[in-house]
Amino acid sequence: MAATSKMGRLLAPIRFKRRSKLNRVDNFQKFLLVLLTILGLFMLLPLIYIFNHALKPYNELFVYPPNIFVRQPTLQNFVELFLVTSSSVVPVTRYFFNSVVTTVLAVILVTVISAMCAYPISKHKFPGHKILMSTILLTLMFVPEAVHIPRYIVAAHLGIMNTYWGHLLPQLAAPVSVFLMKQFMDQIPNELLEAAKMDGAREFTIFLKIAIPMVMPAVATVAILTFQGAWGNLETSQLYMQDEAMKTFPFFLSTLTNGLANNVARQGAAAAAAVILFLPNFIIFLFFQRKVIATMAHSGIK
Amino acid sequence: MLQSEAKLAVPAKRKTSEPVGIRLKRFFKTVWDYRLSYLFIAPFLFCFLAFIFVPVVLAALLSFTYYNALEPPRFIGWQNFQYLFSQDLIFLKYALPNTIKFALIVGPGGYVAAFLLAWLIAQLPNYARIWYALAFYTPSLTAGIAMSIVWLPLLTGDRIGYLNSFLMNFGFIDQPILWVTDKNYLMGSMIVVTLWSSMGVGFLAMMAGILNVNQELYEAARIDGVKSRLQEIWYITIPSMKPQMLFSAVMAIVGTFKAGTIGQELSGQFPTPQYAGHLLMSHIQDYGEVRFEMGYAASLSVFLLVLMFLSNKLGTKLFGTKEDE
Repeated sequence: MAATSKMGRLLAPIRFKRRSKLNRVDNFQKFLLVLLTILGLFMLLPLIYIFNHALKPYNELFVYPPNIFVRQPTLQNFVELFLVTSSSVVPVTRYFFNSVVTTVLAVILVTVISAMCAYPISKHKFPGHKILMSTILLTLMFVPEAVHIPRYIVAAHLGIMNTYWGHLLPQLAAPVSVFLMKQFMDQIPNELLEAAKMDGAREFTIFLKIAIPMVMPAVATVAILTFQGAWGNLETSQLYMQDEAMKTFPFFLSTLTNGLANNVARQGAAAAAAVILFLPNFIIFLFFQRKVIATMAHSGIK
Repeated sequence: MLQSEAKLAVPAKRKTSEPVGIRLKRFFKTVWDYRLSYLFIAPFLFCFLAFIFVPVVLAALLSFTYYNALEPPRFIGWQNFQYLFSQDLIFLKYALPNTIKFALIVGPGGYVAAFLLAWLIAQLPNYARIWYALAFYTPSLTAGIAMSIVWLPLLTGDRIGYLNSFLMNFGFIDQPILWVTDKNYLMGSMIVVTLWSSMGVGFLAMMAGILNVNQELYEAARIDGVKSRLQEIWYITIPSMKPQMLFSAVMAIVGTFKAGTIGQELSGQFPTPQYAGHLLMSHIQDYGEVRFEMGYAASLSVFLLVLMFLSNKLGTKLFGTKEDE
């Protein structure tokens, strides 16, 4: 370690020269940057639209082709949403509470459980790890729509209907997260873990103090994914919750416009609801993605 | 390489011809030595078995039955598969070729695009990266909204549609093209829209992978005479992020084959006009949710699974050869 940093310091002037030559922004790169920006702005359109749509008065909501930007912004949609929600049978705070509890628990538990599963698969090579991994990959490929009915039967037999477990357990089985974590853990050098073992660290300490910090980008990515899935989760409310007080916030918001006689009524409230549903996703993405970008400097994977 | 085969906990056992009893005993001893590993995977394994493995196996078993969701399933053996390969004309003429065409373009295309974009973003200064990442991930964040406000107005078939009006103003065409309802254009539109929205978890993983590459490697390579960015990508970036590349490849395959509603979202019809955008997933949806022939839908899902599995194998094979070069 010390030797490399010394070398680095010695080589610094040379390195700087070389880098400046390689990193020189030529015309092609400028062109690329412009192209990237234009493409990025085009892809950002839906995001801009969501925020603007919520502020549109009714006479702008149904314009076709839709306006991206609002002309006469108003908060009337939020007022409408507030009025609609304050008259619901189960207080809206209850739905909100359900959603917050299940989402927070899901994000924490999924990251922990997937990391705990990925670590031995990648680093212990216990008997059966290959079979387990290929089973996880194989089930990843099965069409989710086809397993609704068997899943319902399992949930019914486990007795988790109308409990928070019913929201949580199906989401904890996250093969994509395990796969992602495992791929990142493959990059941790075995020597590092062995060294820790030599120094007397126990398996759990190694996992917590060495493996997890080194796969922080994967942890952050899994957190983003899980949050997105859990916060917008309608499925468990629809399938496993018969008790109205156990359903989630997105489910409640989807009932605002579903089953109405026409496509006009309450569209304002729905637009406002879309922003409220989207905002946490947006914030969580920025928060965790910043972590991914920040961790690269001191990851130490060699 | 990074993944040496060294075992952490227990040295490898030699395989010799011994009586079954001793080998079994030895096996259980090994399993017992690894008890901590099993403890680690236990929580996930429970949820996985209960909510994914068992349901998938049950659903796969349904493929050998006639099941209409009202009566109990009736075992009919291979009949579903026989029908699938010999008589289901819509499947043979439209769903299968469409899916293969769609997957061949969207799978590799989305994969390469995700890598290129992730790499380009990694070249930007630190403060700008997050915003570009957000921009390219937006379609995955906003899902359905993106479709309805960007692509539908853009591809509308009359002269009001942005694309038609643009092309007509500049004299490329003299009458509007039905981008999403004409059977000749629907597939193209579907491919473009799917490529646009293919920056999902694979893209995030690749970006994390690229940013995670040890910077000293680049410096070492420069000293060793690497001159262009392309050489850097080929000799350093890709080899150092192989796990992430594999992850994104699998996710690209899964995502492509599981795409099915895109055609009907664009054209607003189900099934799509003259089955032009009929994919395997739409076929499954047709049988499972419209005709309630769950058994047949299950056998279609099994077929799709096999298709994905094979393309996955092909993908790993391609990667394997790349590794040797």
